[in-house]
Amino acid sequence: MIWIYASIAIVVVMGAVLGTCAYLIWIERKLAARVQDRIGPNRVGPFGLLQPIADGLKFVFKEDVVPAGADKALFIIAPTISVFTTMLAFAVVPFGPAPPDGKGFPFGIAPYVDIGVIFVFAVTSLAVYGVILGGWSSNNKYSALGSLRSSAQVVSYEVPLGLSVLGVGLLAGSFNLDSVIRAQTGDPGIRGLFDWYIWCQPLACLIFFSSALAESNRLPFDLPECEQELVGGYHTEYSALKFAMFFLAEYTHVITVSFLTAILFFGGWHFPWIAEASSDYFGAVVVKVLVLAAKVGLIISFIMLIRWTLPRFRFDQLMTLTWKVFIPLSLCNLLGMMIIKQYDLSRWWMLLASIVLVVAATGTSLFLARFGPSVARARPAPQAASGVPVR
Amino acid sequence: MPIKNDDVTWVEEPEFGLLEAMYLPAIAEGVKTTLKHFFRPQTTTEEYPEVKPDLPLNYRGLHRLNRDEQGRVKCVACFLCATACPARCIEIVGDKAPWPDRDKYPTKFVIDELKCIYCGMCEEACPVDAIELTSIFDLTGRSREEMLFDREKLLAVYDQTVGSGKDPVRTHSGPLGAAAEIVTTLFPAGGSASYEHPPGPSVAPGTSDASQHNAPP
Repeated sequence: MIWIYASIAIVVVMGAVLGTCAYLIWIERKLAARVQDRIGPNRVGPFGLLQPIADGLKFVFKEDVVPAGADKALFIIAPTISVFTTMLAFAVVPFGPAPPDGKGFPFGIAPYVDIGVIFVFAVTSLAVYGVILGGWSSNNKYSALGSLRSSAQVVSYEVPLGLSVLGVGLLAGSFNLDSVIRAQTGDPGIRGLFDWYIWCQPLACLIFFSSALAESNRLPFDLPECEQELVGGYHTEYSALKFAMFFLAEYTHVITVSFLTAILFFGGWHFPWIAEASSDYFGAVVVKVLVLAAKVGLIISFIMLIRWTLPRFRFDQLMTLTWKVFIPLSLCNLLGMMIIKQYDLSRWWMLLASIVLVVAATGTSLFLARFGPSVARARPAPQAASGVPVR
Repeated sequence: MPIKNDDVTWVEEPEFGLLEAMYLPAIAEGVKTTLKHFFRPQTTTEEYPEVKPDLPLNYRGLHRLNRDEQGRVKCVACFLCATACPARCIEIVGDKAPWPDRDKYPTKFVIDELKCIYCGMCEEACPVDAIELTSIFDLTGRSREEMLFDREKLLAVYDQTVGSGKDPVRTHSGPLGAAAEIVTTLFPAGGSASYEHPPGPSVAPGTSDASQHNAPP
């Protein structure tokens, strides 16, 4: 019976994800336009709703250019690897309440996988191949540079991505995404709201969210693919459908990451009165799916809003951020979580510890910038002794 | 020349304390701005084909040849516009005018609208306000020959745009032509201007009442 359910789930997930990717383009353009005080696309359908269809048709009919001297096999394989891995990551993400006893529609393709989160990270790590091969096989120096930068960025940001989730795993006792949701939905009523992991691990959520943004090459971390720097980075030479596949992979990654954030930190399908673990009124399942969809939608909108709020990071700032800031902070977060678990302390200590950690880290960085070794100092020491004017 | 102290502005670097180094308050401020624009957008987009833009009065668009009160073409074939044109797109053939009060009139007056750079030099050069540039900017044609506007086409542009509310300013000048307008605005103290007696500050000798002085030009 399970394979019938899995097939239905696959069809539903593929359809929903691909359709959502297409309409994410519409949402992004309209949202960007409103933030920039202009109207987005409004010619193609009512409110421009048929614009993604027009874009899709454009991609299908465009001329497919393979540059001379490009490695043909790798050139064609690269975008398919990107799309394949990001779609595969969706296999373990539940989009509704999976029944714990295994009977009934599972609302996920493979929701009972015990290594849920780790599977997602492992599979999305493979997406680096798409980037590297795409840039290398284009026979273009700028693409190669872009893909090098992008692969360095993606690989570096996977470390804090994984480390920040370990705290959640410790609290929930498992990496199975469904168990993580259930661990956040224990208490009825408004107390259930405070069971969400965002309250006790805000630092982990921040690090996870930022690392996930960096993983999908999204502003403010989109140096490898921005136009001002590298024309298009690793997807400069890609034209019609292959470019559409890179695009699709990026938006699918955004969707996956939003789902993960909602599930790991915001309680998944839980909402204090209408969608609790014990609700089984008629249609409760639909309400739970809608609650999860609403949370994911809000997170995606926030990701898009952030794109138009923050300026882009320079590459060395990117690398500094992950290696010198995120990794130590997530390690300390993990340490705090381990102490709490070992000595059975209340989890609200972690909230205090997060605040203390952020303040301490900021203080340390300010201290190092002013008085630290000369490499880390923000401004050079004044040359007052020699009488030469300070430049 | 050394820089004067008054011209120097000293700027202090903004304070960069603990709160600023966290960057989170700055990000929150940014998100607040972005959200404010999202929920209360003031779109300045003009949706073009449905909403035509509001052009200023001196907009330099398509040319037209003006008619006088009797409906004759005002142009006297003096060749000033053709000489002034930097793109050399005006071609004129003049001949003896059939009317008694004119010397010459153009039998052939062709402007190549595709060569024209719409600078307005011809409009400025014309002494009789015959050629003017209207506000028509969305002119299209299907062949190069179609865009060679001869005298009849230019007069037709006049017939279609006169009185449209966007008439060029020079049409309204008095019998002396556009030059008269400059005098009128400089010395607004009434009457049609004439060069013999420009109304100036009429202060009787001995009085020093400031209200008698005209505003300085």
